[in-house]
Amino acid sequence: MSRTKSSAQGRTAGSPPDRRNTADALDDSIPITLPDGRTLSRREVLGGLGATAAALALPSLAARSAAAVASPPTGGGVARRPGQGVLILVTAYGGNDGLNTIVPTQDSTYASLRGQSGIAAGQTLRIDDRFGFHPSLAGVKALFDAGKVGIVSGVGYPSPNRSHFRSMDIWQSGVPDRVELTGWLGRWHDGTGADPLRMLSIGPSVPRALIGIQSSASAIPNGTFTLPGGAPLLNAYTEAVRTPGSELGAWGGRIAATGADLLRVTARLRPILTAGSQGSADVSLEGATGDAASYSAFDRQLSEVSTLVRAGLPTRVYSVSLGGFDTHANEAGTHGALLSVLDRGVTRFLAGLADSPIAKDVVVVVYSEFGRRVATNLSLGTDHGTAGPVLVLGHGVRGGMHSDYPSLTDLVDGDLKVTTDFRRVYSTVLEQVLGADPSGVLGRRFDPLGFL
Amino acid sequence: MADDLRSRIAHLSRRAGFGATPAALDAAVGVGFDATVDALLDPNAPDSGVAATPPPNTFTLIAPLPRTSAEDKKARNQRKRAQNDALVRWWLDRMTAAERPFMEKMSLFWHGHFATGIEKVDEAVFMLAQNQIFRSGGLGGFTSLAQAVGKDPAMLVWLDANDNKKGSPNENFARELMELFTIGIGSYSDADVREAARAFTGVRVDRRSGSVSVLPRQVDGTPKTILGEMRPFGFDDTVAYLAGRPETATFVSAKLWSRFAHPVASNDPVVADLAAVFRDSGNIASVMRALFRHPQFVSTAARQGLVKQPIEWVVGAIRAVGMRANEFEVVGPNLLVALRDLNQVPFNPPSVGGWPQNGYWLSTATALARLRFANGLAGRANLAWLNGASAASRPDVIARQLGIDGWTRATREGLVKASNPRTQLVVALTSPEYVLA
Repeated sequence: MSRTKSSAQGRTAGSPPDRRNTADALDDSIPITLPDGRTLSRREVLGGLGATAAALALPSLAARSAAAVASPPTGGGVARRPGQGVLILVTAYGGNDGLNTIVPTQDSTYASLRGQSGIAAGQTLRIDDRFGFHPSLAGVKALFDAGKVGIVSGVGYPSPNRSHFRSMDIWQSGVPDRVELTGWLGRWHDGTGADPLRMLSIGPSVPRALIGIQSSASAIPNGTFTLPGGAPLLNAYTEAVRTPGSELGAWGGRIAATGADLLRVTARLRPILTAGSQGSADVSLEGATGDAASYSAFDRQLSEVSTLVRAGLPTRVYSVSLGGFDTHANEAGTHGALLSVLDRGVTRFLAGLADSPIAKDVVVVVYSEFGRRVATNLSLGTDHGTAGPVLVLGHGVRGGMHSDYPSLTDLVDGDLKVTTDFRRVYSTVLEQVLGADPSGVLGRRFDPLGFL
Repeated sequence: MADDLRSRIAHLSRRAGFGATPAALDAAVGVGFDATVDALLDPNAPDSGVAATPPPNTFTLIAPLPRTSAEDKKARNQRKRAQNDALVRWWLDRMTAAERPFMEKMSLFWHGHFATGIEKVDEAVFMLAQNQIFRSGGLGGFTSLAQAVGKDPAMLVWLDANDNKKGSPNENFARELMELFTIGIGSYSDADVREAARAFTGVRVDRRSGSVSVLPRQVDGTPKTILGEMRPFGFDDTVAYLAGRPETATFVSAKLWSRFAHPVASNDPVVADLAAVFRDSGNIASVMRALFRHPQFVSTAARQGLVKQPIEWVVGAIRAVGMRANEFEVVGPNLLVALRDLNQVPFNPPSVGGWPQNGYWLSTATALARLRFANGLAGRANLAWLNGASAASRPDVIARQLGIDGWTRATREGLVKASNPRTQLVVALTSPEYVLA
């Protein structure tokens, strides 16, 4: 099998059509040939001098931030460009309690079925006459008041499944009626030329939503990183991960391909992340109170996304996650703490982005695999339920309530009826954020929702 | 066909263990494939590596420790962290020390099947006790294994048994028992889950003593209908009933084949072959014998069908260079950091569904983590076996040492390009050939 005819070459041949500027001018000296035939400087890949190169190419984030203060923010004046967006997908694992997130303050059924596990109307943060946010969502409430939060209530799929795994599989695959191993964003990605930088997952593994047939998102560790071993290992490894083709089967090919992707992604991201960590304490955490130790792992994921988004990468989808929402017992404390983490992270992220020229293009979508049972259990928790809310946040989002809130009296087996098919959310995001035809990903187009 | 025999036994050694040393492979080739399988399953064979790594016996329960003052809390947390770390390190060390590591591999399988996580269980004592059940019962009857695991403190805490009361059943254990441990998703309805949850009411674990008891007034003794059968089901007979269902034979057989050979759907013909053995014997050792001796176990699909789990990869690499996990506690690559970066820390699966496989282990982030660990290991290992070899022979010497058949052209060229033995070993350990199981 000829090495030059590798499938890695095929996978990476497509150049992203919407590559958006800045960090492209980093090549210099000692070239290293990557499996796709591109050359990169050893300096970029090894990173010993990468920070210097990046500092030349990119104003430091602190400097950019200072410049933004001096001149009028551009974000406010730039219109959202439909189809040219960047999606930040936030997965809340465990089944977020939607009824305690967007609380039906005037519903006596809620008060009676939830009892002391419910949120008292007076404690909620007002959305409108009928609903209020959980008290931990103060930042989201402020964004909502500024018209930057779209709430989609009662989201789910036909024949709800109360298993975490099956339900999350359905949400992430976008296919409710059969087992589908690819993810909805993975299928979108497969149709775009599969650049390893187009989708980035922060953390060691790639969620199914971002896994396609031909390729998947790249995953990067949270924080700056370097390749070990110096030039000798880099050169030898570069040679070795030229894809072995069919000799070792599909998985053998994937192992080599992720190695080749690592080299490409490192060459591109390392200088940006190094510059980011050497700038101000962290621009994306500006305005936050408390010391760095108070930042959650979720904050750090979003902080990294913030750095990368503002560096103008060709990345269109970022994936971050927050776990622990499976509140079977003593829900109040756990759920409130988790919503606080979510609230702080997302609020800081959007605040840090406010003066960016692409502020309006960045859309944050928060979802979970299901909501929870309407009635509380005897452990002051809630068991697995069905429909739940999806939150859409961003400077270019159309705020407000965008679907019917499910009835608390018209239940199926003690659970909420779905008012809004989850594929309507995906369809809207595919069209409005990613500029893609939903039918290629979801089988058909679903009625779009009004949040974009 | 001696070379094919060697290749098949090397494959068996990777799947049933962590890869064979050249000497072990030579010996196994001498006795043949089937006899090697029989030897694997011999419960009475001595193992000085196992004898040298007894389970920790100094762990104590955390729950009863005082937590009134700030100092109390700090001491408590320190003790908890130290025990949890020691637990992980002990198992990794056992895996690297065992001369016959099949039982460790089997225990790792059951840990992924009855996946329980220390973050919620919060007691190293409970996690270690569960681990011992996997080891003592992991090759016996499936029903008794499921019963022992189900009524053990780790699982009771993990799936909220203490919240499961008459009149307000908590469905967590009932649902996961059906979906993940026995009959599998699609074989039951939500009504079955609700009924079974009532059968599990009233079993309590006392977190301060670690004892399990039954609270008669919380037990729902009324009849339940599970999968169409109505009885006054209780805890043990519900587990036995589900474990003995034909769906369980199919579901667990498919999972065993998927994890030891290559992923298949439950309607694959090979699953029917194993499920027949499972139904007839109810015995896991018999199913494993049938699995390893199945003609398709050595098919190309099986040989190329699994990516090493990170624990297998790390342990296999340490064994291949003749080291032990406990040598890394102070110097060298940090095993716990490596496994965290690779997404698989023992005693801490991502969910009750255990660890996914294959693609789950492959990303740019795990490729980086493998490079880091391999580089640290190669820097720490004694490479006398390699340094003495001629440059031209080193690729073959490494393949032999790692217990794999050989190299593709690309990897071989990478090995040739690597300028020194240490770099060559890193390239070899991170190659597709070695990362495949």
